[in-house]
Amino acid sequence: MIEWFTWLQLAIAVPGGLLCVILGLAGRKPTDLSMGATALVELLLIVQLAAAIAAPLAGNHATGNLLEFYTYLISAIALPVVAGFWALVERSRWSTVILGVSSLSVAVMVYRMNQIWNVQGS
Amino acid sequence: MTKSETTESAPSRRVSGIGRLLIAVYGVLALAATGRSFVQIASEFVDAPLAYSLSALAAVVYIVATVALIKRSPRWYRIAWITISFELLGVLVVGTLSLVDPALFQHKTVWSVFGRGYGFVPLVLPLLGMWWLRRHPVSVVAGRALPEGRA
Repeated sequence: MIEWFTWLQLAIAVPGGLLCVILGLAGRKPTDLSMGATALVELLLIVQLAAAIAAPLAGNHATGNLLEFYTYLISAIALPVVAGFWALVERSRWSTVILGVSSLSVAVMVYRMNQIWNVQGS
Repeated sequence: MTKSETTESAPSRRVSGIGRLLIAVYGVLALAATGRSFVQIASEFVDAPLAYSLSALAAVVYIVATVALIKRSPRWYRIAWITISFELLGVLVVGTLSLVDPALFQHKTVWSVFGRGYGFVPLVLPLLGMWWLRRHPVSVVAGRALPEGRA
């Protein structure tokens, strides 16, 4: 796991998530903007997965429990997909809020993943 | 049943408005609890069988509660009340015990310290769930249209 990339993920997932929550509460249905923000969060997670698989080969090993790390990562990858499908099926303002909630949940999980990988023992 | 009755009871069959958000958050929490208990049981179950069994139980209850909120029928409505009450009880009892006697819950569960590890969502969510269930009773509307025996 590459630390600066993790911060980049957070820098996109947190504002993106908040934006979707605000847009949704303001009554907007899912749009290219809210769906795009969610898709970007998902894309970065896929890159993170590739990085996590490749990093140990470059000598960058996880300091914590690798099983826990991958449970978080796989769950995080599933979230925006489910929220995105929900938004496609159910075109209401609450779907936009749910897109935001999924991105914010991903942010929390990425933060925990960073702790597991980079901060010993947590 | 007349046509107007059908259209009247139809909305109660579908989860509407903010209820969808509640279901989504429940889904996320169910996922989080399941993931955590999976890791705990897979890697270090013998360390704390009690705490980890509790994690697994909590995870199952969250999954059932999520399903119960999606399925709008009198029976699932009752299951939703039972599971959500159980969650509230769990977070209050385990939360209190984890503060009063930390030795009992050295290993984290979803409910330790009132769900602090999850931003206190496990404490707030059952209350929101109960509020929502009270606002959207199924048994009253759907129960009349579909008596218990036929439902």
